[in-house]
Amino acid sequence: MTTKTLIYPVRDREGSQREPISNGTLHHQEISREESYHADNKAIFGFWAYIMSDCLLFASLFATYAVLQNNTYGGPSAGELFSMPFVLVETLILLTSSFTFGLVTMYAHHHNSKSKVLAWLFVTFLLGVAFLAMEVTEFAKLAEEGNSWQRSGFLSAFFTLVGTHGLHVTAGLLWMGSLIAQVMRYGLDSVTVRKLSCLGLFWHFLDIVWIFIFTVVYLMGAI
Amino acid sequence: MFGKLTFDALPSDPIIIGASIFMLLVGLLIVGLLFRFKRFTWLWKEWLTSVDHKKIGVIYLILAFVMLLRGFTDAAMMRTQQAISVGDATGFLPPDHYDQIFTAHGVIMIFFVAMPLMFGLINLAVPLQIGARDVAFPFLNSLSLWLTVAGAMLVNVSLTVGDFAAAGWLAYPPLSGIEYSPGVGMDYYIWALQIAGVGSLISGINFFITILTMRCPGMTFMRMPVFVWTVFSSMALVIISFPILTATLGMLSVDRLFGMHFFTSDFGGNPMMYINLIWAWGHPEVYILMLPAFGIFSEVVSTFSRKRLFGYTTMIWATVAITFLSFVVWLHHFFTMGSGAKVNAFFGIMTMIIAIPTGVKIFNWLFTMFRGRITFTSPMLWTLGFIFTFTLGGMTGVLLAVPGIDFQLHNSLFLIAHFHNTIIGGVVFGYFAGLTYWFPKIFGFTLNEKLGKLAFWHWIVGFFVAFTPLYILGLMGMTRRLSHIDASTGWQPLLIVAGIGVLIIAGGVVLQIAQFIVSIKERRKNLDTTGDPWDGRTLEWSTSSPPPSYNFATIPTVHGRYPFWDMKQGVGAKKEKTHYEDIHMPKNTGMGLYIALASFLFGFGVVWHIVWLVALGAFGIIALIIVRSFNRDTEYVIPATEVEMLESART
Repeated sequence: MTTKTLIYPVRDREGSQREPISNGTLHHQEISREESYHADNKAIFGFWAYIMSDCLLFASLFATYAVLQNNTYGGPSAGELFSMPFVLVETLILLTSSFTFGLVTMYAHHHNSKSKVLAWLFVTFLLGVAFLAMEVTEFAKLAEEGNSWQRSGFLSAFFTLVGTHGLHVTAGLLWMGSLIAQVMRYGLDSVTVRKLSCLGLFWHFLDIVWIFIFTVVYLMGAI
Repeated sequence: MFGKLTFDALPSDPIIIGASIFMLLVGLLIVGLLFRFKRFTWLWKEWLTSVDHKKIGVIYLILAFVMLLRGFTDAAMMRTQQAISVGDATGFLPPDHYDQIFTAHGVIMIFFVAMPLMFGLINLAVPLQIGARDVAFPFLNSLSLWLTVAGAMLVNVSLTVGDFAAAGWLAYPPLSGIEYSPGVGMDYYIWALQIAGVGSLISGINFFITILTMRCPGMTFMRMPVFVWTVFSSMALVIISFPILTATLGMLSVDRLFGMHFFTSDFGGNPMMYINLIWAWGHPEVYILMLPAFGIFSEVVSTFSRKRLFGYTTMIWATVAITFLSFVVWLHHFFTMGSGAKVNAFFGIMTMIIAIPTGVKIFNWLFTMFRGRITFTSPMLWTLGFIFTFTLGGMTGVLLAVPGIDFQLHNSLFLIAHFHNTIIGGVVFGYFAGLTYWFPKIFGFTLNEKLGKLAFWHWIVGFFVAFTPLYILGLMGMTRRLSHIDASTGWQPLLIVAGIGVLIIAGGVVLQIAQFIVSIKERRKNLDTTGDPWDGRTLEWSTSSPPPSYNFATIPTVHGRYPFWDMKQGVGAKKEKTHYEDIHMPKNTGMGLYIALASFLFGFGVVWHIVWLVALGAFGIIALIIVRSFNRDTEYVIPATEVEMLESART
């Protein structure tokens, strides 16, 4: 149990209806780790706002892809380029990593088990690396065959959309590495658990974005 | 070793050499003064590493005023060039330099004057107005500030090292592509905006969350001051629209760096897509700047009319309506794209509809003044000037919203006059009003009213002398961005009048500088000892001027829209505080400054293709963020006894 005094008073939903507590003194709240969600809701709420803005970033890239996908300029189209079995494996790896991160969240919030959190974080990390390695392989293969981002507007949009997702995964992996070190050093206190919650949001968000990429770029491209 | 950077990048043009030497001298002067008065430690500890929202706000304002001088100098040079470069005379600016100047003018005025002014005033006022001790994420607040400064510094460095973009303030491709803009100017533009844009986005999230989670007890949504409401809407727009800017400039940059084909005119690229994307950010951006100004006018008009604001609820709904509508009008910036009658009609009608909530606001302000006891202080003058000027600008905007008329006036000086009419008359007047209004709160003394009023009159008279001719010239067919005209056009007399207008505005700027100097010198005469110099109505006036670092010794509880006014009238009177409690505050940190410095190096490296500098900058950013995330010692406690001591010393 960690105890923390809030800098700012917690306001309930009714606000005005509530009796002013000793006319505006700071109220203290004792926070157990189970309640850390409430204590850290500012950070997590803020992170949600960031994710919404990131969503808009991807929306811009998706819109661009939609406009440019047929602008192949005599080059290959999506249907001719992508290997579906390969992408399916890539997708399953990323989806599995989302599941393993779910286990991280579960062990962090409900079981307080540092070793299991670290173990599943590590598994998630490896899956993330595997996904990234496959993506780089795919990119390298395309470039080798003369279908790089310079080939056509369609390929520019493809590399940028998928590559931006890949950059996000890279950032997520860096963050994960830093959090593994922090959990090892500080254990599962309210701060590390809060950060794990934020990273969890980020990781699942990247999964959702990938599902859209899988659908819009690969599946619809194959049709 | 240094990529494209060679000694050729240093300036050869006498004007630019002069400006560079001037910048260098000012920099040396500042360092010299700091050295002379041994103020380095003070500067570092009290300001550069501060996470106090009030100090961050002040630094934003200083940045805005420094950049305003540069942006204004650009404007004066353009007006002079256009007034004299007629027929055989070619003026004093070669065309390529002239192109850089109009680009720099737009970029600086929007990104490094208007935005910092806005974030500065938001930082100063919002936490105080909602009865909070700081913002939701104080460290990120400092980071946003320094990222904005880093962006501004990239623009300033481009003046001396290399050149700046010459493709207009929104850098339309294919002109801004690598083929037609092979120099480093476009890259300076892109990375200055990217870095500052990330700062703006973080600020947007920060204040959005601050307003949602940190209002004092009793302050429900419909009890928030109007300024807080408008900031809330504006920050929502920042969160939604800035990612579009980041994505768009990112695509333009990979086009240039890696030979991609998003916006090229061959290989399947689509230049018009850039123009759609940039305005999908650009139009909301207009309202990001405008809405907080509307909020300031609402505060000012109600305070100086000694009345509650007329139609608070309609004011809020009008704000929300504008927030939504600002996303469905972007195409009016390029009706001439040829998207067809139906599409143009839709966007034309949507644009005209914005006039309705804006009209609601104008009438609310007018009715607030109706039978009020108006005192004509300088914030009130700026507000009255705004209502008059902005209404005219709004009406020419409705004219331009008619696609048929727009086909005639597109890219003419009529358009230039229109948007300066709304931005100077709305945004600039608004932020000047807000600055004069909240200045005593932050610094503890009021600004000299006499010089403030004189500055206002120079600005408004100068504005109409400078921009009315542009409306006429636009109707006569003069297009924007011309560095030379033919004598037979007969445009020169009007251009000379416009140049005189800029001179009058320059008088206003000089008077404002004088106002600061005189006010600081005479500050003992104008001390604000009560914390409430204007007989205000909202919470910021209930604490002292300047407020203690923790703003409020005890967090207030509010029971209405005008808590401080009610308090003064004896409604829900404040009980005497018997005991104080410990206050937790965020610790100062230089990390925001370091990360911004690394971002600056990264940006500079990308501009000049210096690979090791790019790597160093990127590594620096990542390493610093990780180091920061390991830091758990980010708060300190002001013990209750010390709070009590401070409070008894203050009162």
